[in-house]
Parts: sequence; C-alpha cells; structure tokens
Amino acid sequence: MEFGPYLMLATLEGAVSAAVLALTAVGLSLVFGVMRVVNVAHGEFFMLGAVVAWTVAHWLGGHPALGFALALVVAPVAVGGLAAVADWLVLKRIGYDPERTIVATIGLLYIIQQGALMGFGPEARPVEPPFNTRLALPWIEWGEEGLRLVWPWGLATTSYKLFVILAAAAVLLGVWALMARSRAGLVMQATREDREMALAFAIPVGRVYAGVFGLGAGLAALAAVLIVPIQQAHYLMGGDPLLLSFIVVIIGGLGSLPGTVLAAVLIGLTDGIVSVFFSPTLAKILATLLVAMVLVFRPQGLFGSTAR
Amino acid sequence: MLRIEAVDAGYGRAQVLRRFSLEVAAGEVLCLLGRNGAGKTTLMRAIMGHLPLMGGAIRLEGVELSALPPHEVPRQGVGYVPQGRRLFGDLTVAQNLAIGLMARGQGEETREWVLGLFPRLRERLGQRARTLSGGEQQMLATARALCLRPRLLLMDEPTEGLQPSMIEAIRQVVARMRDEGVGILLVEQRIDAVLAIADRVAFIENGRGGEVVPAEQLRRDHALVERYLGV
Repeated sequence: MEFGPYLMLATLEGAVSAAVLALTAVGLSLVFGVMRVVNVAHGEFFMLGAVVAWTVAHWLGGHPALGFALALVVAPVAVGGLAAVADWLVLKRIGYDPERTIVATIGLLYIIQQGALMGFGPEARPVEPPFNTRLALPWIEWGEEGLRLVWPWGLATTSYKLFVILAAAAVLLGVWALMARSRAGLVMQATREDREMALAFAIPVGRVYAGVFGLGAGLAALAAVLIVPIQQAHYLMGGDPLLLSFIVVIIGGLGSLPGTVLAAVLIGLTDGIVSVFFSPTLAKILATLLVAMVLVFRPQGLFGSTAR
Repeated sequence: MLRIEAVDAGYGRAQVLRRFSLEVAAGEVLCLLGRNGAGKTTLMRAIMGHLPLMGGAIRLEGVELSALPPHEVPRQGVGYVPQGRRLFGDLTVAQNLAIGLMARGQGEETREWVLGLFPRLRERLGQRARTLSGGEQQMLATARALCLRPRLLLMDEPTEGLQPSMIEAIRQVVARMRDEGVGILLVEQRIDAVLAIADRVAFIENGRGGEVVPAEQLRRDHALVERYLGV
C-alpha cells in the first residue's frame, strides 16, 4: 500500500482511539473540574466497564448484539453506582481534601483491581462485536486519465469501528448538552465555582459530588464497553487509559471539557498514526513530551484558565 | 424571627464566637458592628450552616437552622449576600439569577420582580458575572439572594468599595425589603451607611455580644462607637 492510503488507515485507527480516549478523559476532567478530586482510580472504573461488558455478554449468550446492547446500559449504570457509593464511603468522609483524595483513590485503584483479579481472573477475555462488517475504503489517485477512485488492497475498516467513533461523538454531544443546556449542568457549574455559595443557594453539594463521581466513572465504563470488542477485557487494562486521560486532561486544561476533547483527538490521532508508522512506545514518548512542554510553556493547558 | 442563642462557633479548635446571642425581628434592619476579626462574618457563616456550631442554637421562626444540613437553610427563606459578593463568575447574570430562583422554586414572576428592582441587570443578562463592574456585581449578589424571596436577609458588607450612587441603590432596596416585612441582618463597617438604614445596632467584640441599641443612639453616643470600633 502507498503512503496516502496507509496514512488514512492509521488516521482511522487513531480516530477510534481518540473517540474512546475522549470519553474516558471527559469523565476524569468532569470529576476534577467539579470536585477538584484527582481520581487515580479512574482507569479501574474503565476496566470494570470492560469486565461488566464481558460478564453481561457471557451470561446472556445468544446473538452478540444482545449482550453488547445490554452491557451499554448495565456497565455505566453499575460502575457509576459503585463510584457514587465509593464517593459516599470514602471521599466524603475525608472532606474531599485534595491530598487525601489522591491517596484514597490510589487505595480504591488497588481494591478494584485486586477485586477484579479475584472475581474475573487473570485471563484476557474477548467480547464479540455486535456487528463487524468489513468495509473497503476508496482512495483517490491521480492517473493518466486524471483523478480516479481506486480500492487499494488492505485499505479497509469495520462497521464496528465506525460505530465506536459515532457513538462516542454522540455521547460527548450529550455530555456537552447536559453541562451547557440543562439545570443539572448549571448546578454542577455553580458547585464547581464555589462550593459554599452553592450550599447557600440550596444546592445539595454532597449529592452533586456523588453524581459527578458516578457520571465520570460511568463515562469511563461506557468507553470500555465500546472498546472491549476490539481490545479484550483484562484486569490490568486500566493503566493505559488512566495515563492517557491524565495526559489529555493536562494538555486540554484541567476541568475544561472542550480542551479535553480537543486534546483527546490530538493525542488519539498521534497515537494511532505514530503507532502504525513507527511504534506504540514512540507514540507514548511523544505524548509524554507534549505534556512536559505544555507544563513548561502553558501550565494551565490549552483551554484552562489561570488560577484566580 | 431569628434567634441566636448562646452560640459558640469557630474554625477547628479556634473558637471565634463565644456564647453569642442576638434576635432579629421581621421588618427590622439590625446592623452588626465590630472591629475586623470580631466574628461578624463567622456569625453569618454559622447562620448559613457553613460552620458547625460548638454550642448553642440558631432558630428561624421556631425552626432550628443549626440542626439542618447547610443546603436546607436557604430553603427556610434565608438569603445570603456574602462579603466580596462571591458570584458564580463564569456564569452569566441570567444563570446566577436562575441559581437563586431554583433554591426555593421561584419562577418568572420573581425574576421579573428582581429585575424590576435592579433594571441595570436586565441589560446585562447574557454577560458573564465576572465581567460586571463592582457596583453591578453587588447588585447581582443582592438580586440573587432576593430570588429566594427571603424571610431573612443576611448582608455582609454590601457597600464595601462601592460609589455613592450604588450605595444609595442598595440602601433603597434594603429599605424596601424591610417595608415588606423581611428581617435583615446587616454587617457594615461604615457608620454613615449604618445610620442611613439600621433600626437597631448590635455590637460584637472578640466574638461576644455587646450592647444592642436603637440606631439613633449611635448619633449621640460617640463613646459607644469609640469603645467598640476604636474610631
């Protein structure tokens, strides 16, 4: 395959990574933005989403689409609910103190991870995609008769990968609408700005925090359900999404949703393209270098505001 | 209306209010005077439930506010205009008002009433609160609290840093609220502002309640002002 089609293929792979990463990172960004909590256990909520997806699909049997559709609902709700309980049991008790929440979420990370190891086992387990039609992609070539459409061998994707991109975009649009257009979003924004004044206007901040922590974890779980037919579920799969989400959130600006999405697209596409042409390790090195540069030259991130 | 009964409150182990007692009647402006650090803002935060009490009780028309979770206090009809305004700066004027309206389920009628009191805010509805001038921010902080249709209004230094025309606008609104039967507890540093609006004046010194006198007595009794404020 020539360079052009190869680049298109890499870009498509990158777009799938970017879509899933954006969902995961937006969850992390929401939690930090509203609660000022650096949730180190976020990757484990992602992993739990994948584990629940496998469990639901395995338990239900039948056509893969049935299990997958049920997992799309069950995993975010179950993981979000678990996160809300963890917020009530742990984070609320330590007063959402920034330093102590880091230690507490590290503890949560190990509890969830080891719990998954005990309950789910050490094996990687596949989840069948609900549909997976191979779609050949066209390429435009300049020939003797001018521009013409060709179908290079190997330039193809699957209907499921396109679905992942579209589904993630739709969910992100929903999150944006929730934050910018709904009463719940207004309440979350007010709580983010001034917790005490939110209380002074009858906003039940404790419930808002539990809801946001649950929503953040639910988004990570949803991202995992989308990617698990491509990647497989494994109890150690939370590490990479956590690292990449932190990278994305720092580049985009802590707590900034548009910044997070833009940075996810940037990092996801870079990861996809560099991984295809060079190596996944180089992709991670480049992402980490980018974070270092952002921290030196624009510590507030691309869209973050300076400390007020 | 508001009864503060032998309240002890503070931050961690540092006790600020010591057996502080006070009463505010409906339709009264009671002004709390005291030096910096005397405990005025601590008292406001204690009433709002932002500081847990170490002792005593705070009641509003028989309901023990200090036994409620903090977010239930405004639902009892307590409006709060904090020191430094503390608006939701990234939200627009309209969104700040919406937060106030939601607190007690108020609707369009209340919104129109509040905008009638502060017509300038109507021209700024789509503007982010942090971009308003100081006077407009104070108007918005007051308007946001009035969106609750409060029975009791707590105002912590509402004239701080404002030009005379803005102070007069705030004073007129306070007078109107008093006439409508709202009890107002006002923390103020400026004696002239106190004299212009207060019915009674309560003094606070080192977290303890001092004398409570009619406002006119301040004009005559300079020793009182000197004793509590050192001016």
